[in-house]
Amino acid sequence: MKPTSAAFSDNAHRALHDVTLQQALAKAGVGFVEKRRAAVSDLPEFAALREAGRAIKDHALAHLDHYLLRFEQQVQASGGEVHWAETPAEACAAVLDICTRAGATLVAKGKSMVGEEIAINDALETAGFEVVETDLGEYIIQIAHEPPSHIIAPAVHKTRKQIADLFESLHHQPGLTRPLETVPQIVDEARQILRDTFLAADVGITGANFLIAETGSTVIVTNEGNGDLSATLPRVHIVLASIEKVVPTLEDASVLLRLLARSATGQEITSYTTFFTGPRRADDPDGPEQFHVVLVDNGRSRMLGGAYHEMLRCIRCGACLNHCPVYSAVGGHAYGWVYPGPMGAVLTPLMVGLDEGRPLPNASTLCGRCEEVCPMSIPLPQLLREHRRQEFERRLAPPRSRWALATWAFFAQRPRLYRWASRLGSLLLNKSSGGRGRFRSLPFAEGWTAARDLPAPQGDTFMAQWQRRKPHD
Amino acid sequence: MRVALFVTCLVDLFRPSVGFATVRLLERLGAEVVVPPEQTCCGQPAYNNGDFETARAIARQVIAAFDGFDHVVVPSGSCAGMLVRHYPELFRDEPETLARSQTLAARTRELSAFLAESGGDPVVDAPFSGKVAIHDSCSARRELGIHAAPRALLGKLAGVESVELKEAETCCGFGGTFCVKYPDISARMVTDKADAVIASGADVLVSGDLGCLMNIAGRLKRMDSTVRVYHLAELLAGMTDAPGIADPDKT
Ligand code: SF4
Repeated sequence: MKPTSAAFSDNAHRALHDVTLQQALAKAGVGFVEKRRAAVSDLPEFAALREAGRAIKDHALAHLDHYLLRFEQQVQASGGEVHWAETPAEACAAVLDICTRAGATLVAKGKSMVGEEIAINDALETAGFEVVETDLGEYIIQIAHEPPSHIIAPAVHKTRKQIADLFESLHHQPGLTRPLETVPQIVDEARQILRDTFLAADVGITGANFLIAETGSTVIVTNEGNGDLSATLPRVHIVLASIEKVVPTLEDASVLLRLLARSATGQEITSYTTFFTGPRRADDPDGPEQFHVVLVDNGRSRMLGGAYHEMLRCIRCGACLNHCPVYSAVGGHAYGWVYPGPMGAVLTPLMVGLDEGRPLPNASTLCGRCEEVCPMSIPLPQLLREHRRQEFERRLAPPRSRWALATWAFFAQRPRLYRWASRLGSLLLNKSSGGRGRFRSLPFAEGWTAARDLPAPQGDTFMAQWQRRKPHD
Repeated sequence: MRVALFVTCLVDLFRPSVGFATVRLLERLGAEVVVPPEQTCCGQPAYNNGDFETARAIARQVIAAFDGFDHVVVPSGSCAGMLVRHYPELFRDEPETLARSQTLAARTRELSAFLAESGGDPVVDAPFSGKVAIHDSCSARRELGIHAAPRALLGKLAGVESVELKEAETCCGFGGTFCVKYPDISARMVTDKADAVIASGADVLVSGDLGCLMNIAGRLKRMDSTVRVYHLAELLAGMTDAPGIADPDKT
C-alpha cells in the first residue's frame, strides 16, 4: 500500500466532512470504550496482570534472538519450516515461492496486519493467485477495494447499510438476493460465500498473535473461527508473523491473551483461540500437509534497544485507537498507511520514513489516554515526542513554524526582555479587543479563530502588576 | 512557609487574575508568597515541538529561579506536569541537573493538589451560587493523578452544585500548538467538549488549566453559550464578580 500519511491534514479534513464515516465512527467508538471499561473493572487483578504482561514482553525482547531460534527449532521438530524475511519483499517472495511449489491457485487468508504491512495480497494477485479474505471485516474491505481502518476491526469505518449495499451489488448467486437488514443476516451471507473458499483453497495464510518458543506453536485469536478454517482446510498453512511476537512459554501466552481480549473488545477471552503446532501428524484427523512460518523483521530489529524499543511490546489490541480523540474524529484511513491511531503514529514513521510519516506524531494533543489504557504500558506520548525530536533535528518542519518556535525560544530564555515584550503584547491585544474580551478573528491566529473566539488579555501582565503591588520584593 | 508561585505564561499574559486568586488562596493558608522574577514559561512549547535543547535551557532557568523554596505552586496541571514529570526525563543523562530537577519536582504541586494537601482551609465561603462543571485537564488527570482535590475544594462552597461532564476523560483539543497545527481536528474536539458543558446544564465551567479554559470558553462564546468560564482558583478565591474568560469588560 502506497502511504499517504504526508497528506494527513487533507485526509483528516475530508474524513471530518464525510457524514457516513462520522456516523460509523460515532457508533463504534463508544462501544469499544465501554466494553473495555467494564471488562477491566470486573478484574481486580488487571493491574497486576498488566505488570506481568509487560515483564513477559520485556524479557522476551531482551532475549529475542534466543527465543526466535528456539521457536525455529521447535517448528522444525514438529515438521514445519521457518522462513526468515528481513524486508517486505523477502517476505512476499517466501510466500509466493511456497504457493508456487504447492501448485496453488486459490489462497484463503485470515486477518494479518503483517500481511497488510508487506502488502501480501497485491504480491499474490500480481503473481496470478486468487486471494480471498475470510475475516468478515477484511472480506468487506477486500470487496470494497479499501485498506483496513482499524487493526482489529478493519471495516469499522463502514456502516451496516454500506455493507448491505456492497453485498447486494456483489453476490449474485441465487438465494442471496434477499434484502440484508440485520448484522446476523450479513454474517450469514458472508459465511455462505466463504464456505466454498475454505473448501477449495490450496493455501491458507493466517497471522499470529503470539509465537511460542517452547513448543513452536503459533497462536491466533478470532471471533469468527475463520482463522481455524483457513489454517486447517487447505493443504498448506502459512503463518505470517513479525519477530517481536515470540514469547517463551504457553503460560506466558495465556497471560497476554487475557490482557489482549479485555483491552481489545472487552471480552474475557476471544471466541476462538487456536494454537497451531506443525503440519498434520499421521494420526491427526485433519490439518494441513505443510506448515510454514514466515518471520518478518521489516525494521523491528533496528528498533531493539533504541529509542522506540518499548513499541515492540505492542500486542495490537487496538485500545489506543479506541481511546484516541484524534482517531475517533478522523478514523483510520486518514493516517494513510496500515497502522492508525497512536500506535500507528509511532510505527508508521519508522516503517515508511519520517519524511512521509511526519504529520502523524504531530497530530496529537499528547493527552495520554492511549498510554493509560495500553495493556503493555507503552509510553506512546513520549515516543511521539521522540519523533518530534528527530523531526526538529532534521529540520523537517515547515520554516514558518520553526521560525516561530525559534523567536519564542529567544525571548523565553531572556526573562527581562520577555517581560518587556509580553507586556507590550498583552497591552496591545487588550487595547485592540476594545473591551469585548475576545476576538472573533485575528491575523496569524486563523487556526484558532476559525472555530472559536480568542480570549483577549485582561490588560497588563501578571509580572508587571505584581511588581507594582510589591515594590520592595 | 515560603511558597514560590510559578505563574505560567498563559496566566501572566492572558489572565493575571488567576495569579492573584492563587496568591490570595495561598496567603489564606498563611504562606509567604514569592514570585521569582526570572520565570518566563515552563518550556513545553519547545519540548512538545521536539526542541529538547531549548526545553533544557528553559528548565535550567526554572530550576535555578525556584531553588530554595519550601514549595512551588503552579496554577496549571500542564505546567506542573512539565516540572514534575518531564524535567527529570530531560536530564536523564545529566546526573547533577537530574538531582536538582528531582528536588524541584518533589517540592512542586499543582494548585488544587497543594491546597487539598495543605490541611488548611483556604476556601472562605464565596457569595456564589450555581451549577459548576469541572473540566480536568489531561495533564492534571493523567500526569499528576489529580481528580479528587478540585472536587473536594468546590465542595466547601455552600452555593456550588457540582456537575460532572459526560466523557470527562476526553481531551478538549487544546494541546498547545496542536490547536493551530490541526485546527479542524481541534475544532471538532472542542466542539464535543463545549456540547458536553452545555448539556451538563452548568452555569459555570471551571478547570485548573487556563489553556483548556481559553479553548473551551472560546468555543462556547462562538456557539453563543451563556456558560461563564473561570479558573478554579478564581471561583475558590471569590473572584467571580469579574468578567469570565472571554467575557466583555464590565461597563
Ligand atoms: S500500543 Fe498498546 S494499546 Fe495500542 S495496540 Fe499496542 S498494545 Fe494495544
